[in-house]
Amino acid sequence: MCLAIPARVVELLDNDVAVVAFDTVRKRISLALVEDVAIGDFVLVHVGYALHKVSVEEAERTLGMMAEAGVLREELEEISA
Amino acid sequence: MKYVDEYRDRDLARTVAAAIAAEADPDRSYHFMEFCGGHTHAIFRYGVQDLMPENVHFVHGPGCPVCVLPVARLDDAVELAERYGVILCTYGDMMRVPGTKQRSLIRAKADGADVRMVYSTADALRIARENPDRQVVFFAIGFETTTPPTAVALKTAEAEKLGNFSVFCNHVLTPSAISHILESPEVRDLGIVKIDGFLGPSHVSSVIGSQPYEFFAEEFQKPVVIAGFEPLDVMQSVLMLIRQVNDGRCEVENEYTRVVTEEGNVKAQTLVSEVFELRKSFDWRGLGTVPYSALRIRDRFAKFDAEKQFELSVKASREVKSCECPSILRGVKKPTDCKLFGTVCTPQSPVGSCMVSSEGACAAYWTYGRFRDQQPSKLEAAE
Ligand code: SF4
Repeated sequence: MCLAIPARVVELLDNDVAVVAFDTVRKRISLALVEDVAIGDFVLVHVGYALHKVSVEEAERTLGMMAEAGVLREELEEISA
Repeated sequence: MKYVDEYRDRDLARTVAAAIAAEADPDRSYHFMEFCGGHTHAIFRYGVQDLMPENVHFVHGPGCPVCVLPVARLDDAVELAERYGVILCTYGDMMRVPGTKQRSLIRAKADGADVRMVYSTADALRIARENPDRQVVFFAIGFETTTPPTAVALKTAEAEKLGNFSVFCNHVLTPSAISHILESPEVRDLGIVKIDGFLGPSHVSSVIGSQPYEFFAEEFQKPVVIAGFEPLDVMQSVLMLIRQVNDGRCEVENEYTRVVTEEGNVKAQTLVSEVFELRKSFDWRGLGTVPYSALRIRDRFAKFDAEKQFELSVKASREVKSCECPSILRGVKKPTDCKLFGTVCTPQSPVGSCMVSSEGACAAYWTYGRFRDQQPSKLEAAE
């Protein structure tokens, strides 16, 4: 339960809420713990909260690794449950 | 080599493995404890141990929040759901953990208690808003990464004056647990575990920074390398630890600089200290009572503190006697040393908490390690 997944911010809503895209899944998450996030930025998401911003390269690296390990699918199932 | 060979950075992995083999002194042995369950998982999943020289060993530490929660606290949660009839919200990992008499939240739910799995504290708040005539309790567990989201939930509940929401707080702190492993007297009873260095938690450090570990690198004279979760991160961090051991250095080094800074996420830390304060002591499953190792909700938020709102009667915790979780969480024993491993206790019907979460050492052994330990050829068949 300690894993965090990078996701791209696709929409900014009121009250520090953003819509992010994990692969094909879209999800509302909270931006209450990070600052200055813009559309297109990548954030590391853990239990529905962005913990911090990450670079595109870091996001791609992590997502690639998680996908190969099969972890991404498990985590995405949990998110969309 | 199979797993890493297939991995796209195989050349890099080979280079790191070669450097480790070249630099590990054959006259020494190296025991490194990985604190995080995420590392345990990565080590098994990718067969990182197979890439290490024979004198480099991984000791699996207590770093899975599900595994370290004492049975008594889980029994309290079951009581909240059953006796007080609250809507009990919790992260999925907690559902199957067996409490006293093998009672888990999922069993309580099957028997009619209103237990709901949530992905986020935001979901728990929404459930409270949608059920104004029911009490909703969020069963909060986790290390420093899950604590800030709980803090946000408490502040939101206060701002919205949500009268039917509270948090049963079980958040614990990693630096104090690591110190405790090194200095506690119980270590003598369970046996001494040799540790030459630590793979430090990575996502935890993205929140609290690398700085909190400096104290005990100095105080306990153990090197620490904050390590990312990729297999290559783990290998690179092992190399950095070997170099420190060889040089006789005891420092906090950061392998995961692409995410972790020295000071961490200050906004999150500020929120956490606004809402929580240290508990004088807290029981950890497997580690016993650890001073100043957990958080409780500050008085200002007493209205939202389930421990103050409900009288919880469960006091003594009863662990299953033959379960070796306490020794496993300290790295003193291996899962295969447990009599129940793989016979009575499996991920489908776990007896101890180390078998429940995929980050627990027993579950990792079951899923990957047992094939390697017993029949190496099956490892390939299993993939
Ligand atoms: S195998 Fe099961 S009973 Fe044995 S230590 Fe692990 S979790 Fe406990």
